[in-house]
Amino acid sequence: MNAAHSATADDHAHDHDDHKPGFFARWFMSTNHKDIGTLYIIFSILAGLIGGLFSMFMRLELQEPGVQFLTDAAGNPDGQLWNMFITAHGLIMVFFVVMPGLIGGFGNWFVPLMIGAPDMAFPRLNNISFWLIVPAFLLLIMSAMIGAEVMDVTYWTETLNERGMIIGDWFGRGAGTGWTIYPPLSSTGYGHDSIAVDMAIFALHLAGASSILGAANFITTIFNMRAPGMTLHKMPLFVWGMLVTAFLLVLAVPVLGGAITMLLTDRNFGTDFFNFAGGGDPILFQHLFWFFGHPEVYIMILPAFGIISHIVSTFSKKAIFGYLGMAYAMVAIGFVGFIVWAHHMYTVGMDVNVRAYFTAATLIIAVPTGIKIFSWIATMWGGSIEFKTPMLWAIGFIFLFTVGGVTGVVLANAGMDVALHDTYYVVAHFHYVLSLGAVFALFAGFYYWIGKMSGRQYPEWMGCLHFWTTFVGVNLVFFPQHFLGLAGMPRRYIDYPDAFEGWNMVSSYGAYMTGASTLFFVVVVFYTLFFGRRAEANYWNVQPQSMTLEWTVSSPPPFHQFDIQPAVK
Amino acid sequence: MKKLKNFGYLLAAMFSVWALPATAQSPQPWQLNLQEAATPMAERLGSFHDMLLVIIFAIAIFVLLLLVWVVIRYNAHANPKPSQFTHNVLIEVLWTVIPVAILVVIAIPSFQLLYYQDRIENPDMTLKVTGRQWYWDYEYPDHEGIAFSSYPLGEDELNPAQGDIRLLSTDNKVVLPIDTNIQILMTGGDVIHSWTIPAFGVKIDAIPGRLNETWVRIEKPGTYYGQCSEICGKDHAFMPIEVKAVTKEEFEQWVEQAKEEFASIDADFQPIRTALLQE
Repeated sequence: MNAAHSATADDHAHDHDDHKPGFFARWFMSTNHKDIGTLYIIFSILAGLIGGLFSMFMRLELQEPGVQFLTDAAGNPDGQLWNMFITAHGLIMVFFVVMPGLIGGFGNWFVPLMIGAPDMAFPRLNNISFWLIVPAFLLLIMSAMIGAEVMDVTYWTETLNERGMIIGDWFGRGAGTGWTIYPPLSSTGYGHDSIAVDMAIFALHLAGASSILGAANFITTIFNMRAPGMTLHKMPLFVWGMLVTAFLLVLAVPVLGGAITMLLTDRNFGTDFFNFAGGGDPILFQHLFWFFGHPEVYIMILPAFGIISHIVSTFSKKAIFGYLGMAYAMVAIGFVGFIVWAHHMYTVGMDVNVRAYFTAATLIIAVPTGIKIFSWIATMWGGSIEFKTPMLWAIGFIFLFTVGGVTGVVLANAGMDVALHDTYYVVAHFHYVLSLGAVFALFAGFYYWIGKMSGRQYPEWMGCLHFWTTFVGVNLVFFPQHFLGLAGMPRRYIDYPDAFEGWNMVSSYGAYMTGASTLFFVVVVFYTLFFGRRAEANYWNVQPQSMTLEWTVSSPPPFHQFDIQPAVK
Repeated sequence: MKKLKNFGYLLAAMFSVWALPATAQSPQPWQLNLQEAATPMAERLGSFHDMLLVIIFAIAIFVLLLLVWVVIRYNAHANPKPSQFTHNVLIEVLWTVIPVAILVVIAIPSFQLLYYQDRIENPDMTLKVTGRQWYWDYEYPDHEGIAFSSYPLGEDELNPAQGDIRLLSTDNKVVLPIDTNIQILMTGGDVIHSWTIPAFGVKIDAIPGRLNETWVRIEKPGTYYGQCSEICGKDHAFMPIEVKAVTKEEFEQWVEQAKEEFASIDADFQPIRTALLQE
């Protein structure tokens, strides 16, 4: 942690020119980790707006009982359209917002900077990682739109005049399987015969390949390219988080790849891996999916843990409390993350002893997670805290992640989960750890590092306003969903009994507030990029005990950083 | 800590009082907690949840108070000069060991509940359920094979005077006797569905090619509702479950009546079956 810095901003004052390539070569054939990181962040924000738009439609529909918006032309509820919305929302947020933002964006930008490396180990691999995720996203969007009315010329010339436009016109019979794509529903014969699901599977293949290549790149970079003196036990915690994440990706994503490939051959080539009539088993898919899926949730949160650690340390003007405990807590979470997967499947009819094992293993995760929460608070304890926007997001993260964590302890119990499985309680739980956890960390990292990345600083009042509106908004969205879940409202429902109206209404109003806040964030981004004041090298005045190497270079860093390799004491 | 615990009890008590107007069966507006229990399983589940609620409230409030204290006491104005400690072995051991102890406290009743829920030896009767896109098939193998399908009532079929509830009431209700150990067998006819009655504390997936098992012992007569709890296609939200729990005598009467009612469907097909066989 005690990164000394022989290279300082002054070393770059006499910089030779940066040899930036031309526009096309720079942004489309990039091998520069900072440029690729920037591309990832732009991609993540755009995908986030699209994924958020889906959730706005969902909350709009759920605001009142009955189906008002997601209807077919005759005015009947269009359940398939609804299922497609929830599927698209989930897949987009997981694979195209949180992962590219935290791993591709901040990981690419700051892992090499923090370890004193000139770039990633495999720059061209890095480029292809990014350019695989773009077609993956396009495939997913196309899967939702294939066969849409608006693709048909007669729609514009005739249908539109006859009956006007409905939301469903913009979408085809897409993949309405939930992001978990369980067969037999996602197989053929039960409402998903079109190629939409095949396209979604292929989108996941490409996104998965992108992740695996990126992870291999991070592991190689972190193991081989650290500055002299930076042993593993002096490595910044964000780099630790990225290292564990990269291992989880390499071990987990191929299992998803295998599962969806088997699903693809079941759908198209007559295999029966998951078809019980042919001797297969649909539950096999669930085991494979969650063997990937559970590590996946830690993949989304471990880089967030790293970001929060740096922000808490910087703004408390104190070194991280219990650095080694923090690092190995992440390793422990990563390890235990691989042996708890079937807690997503308590109701499938597993043997009671198996459920007992998964209950015990799942509860154990609370221990390293608790160590992290308490270590952050201990870092602040005795500090001299400044409440700049990144710190607000970080404190918000710590509390809301705790709330999501304790409901996780409730859900971990197989006996209790019977009442809550597939209800809104689960929706509330995982949004508290992801939407109010991982996404809070995304915003925290954005405000912490935007000055470093762009060379321009956001106006503090705008950041604060964005934080408070989002904080109130998302809590209004998700806290009432605990009540809905306890009362028994199942998730993935286009319509619900009238008794659930009250809390759904509150939840929807919260969503509109969050949506408005997110649009304001877009304003903040543009204002900062065009009118933000210039940022110095160490614009947060990061103290030596919190120092990491990115604060030793200019803002933005030179195209090729570290003329002189930094050394760490 | 003791104060915190008391506060937790207070909150739990507050929540349960708030939830009381939910006279068992169906969810109520602005409900905050679980539906009222109608089986011993749901009762145990509810009391386990009450215990969990106390613990998680205590933890969340403890963390919140720590954060509030840190924000008030250690902001840059109140504490301009930061201290520089980075380790404290005692506190690190404590915040590892105490959570482990709390987890043990949770795990013991959790396992008791889990093993109690699992299955029942020597049930008095069996109900077989098959989930289908998008309705439920029910069979009573111990009652001369009464079998019927259960669809939701459409909005024009609802009769509020009878207490019908939109999206919860069905045409053919599942009638079950109270004070009887009932084994429920579950399978899926096409995709995976999930059969649940929150008031019974029961939820089990209906999976094609598999036979799952759970059980209930209903303690109070009444009508209980549930909804399909595994995404199963476009009408996932429109395949509710409605159970009418009656006394044993009423159940026997219903069985006699149901034999005729649902046998008559079978009888309609008898000439066709005979004709087919003759061919």
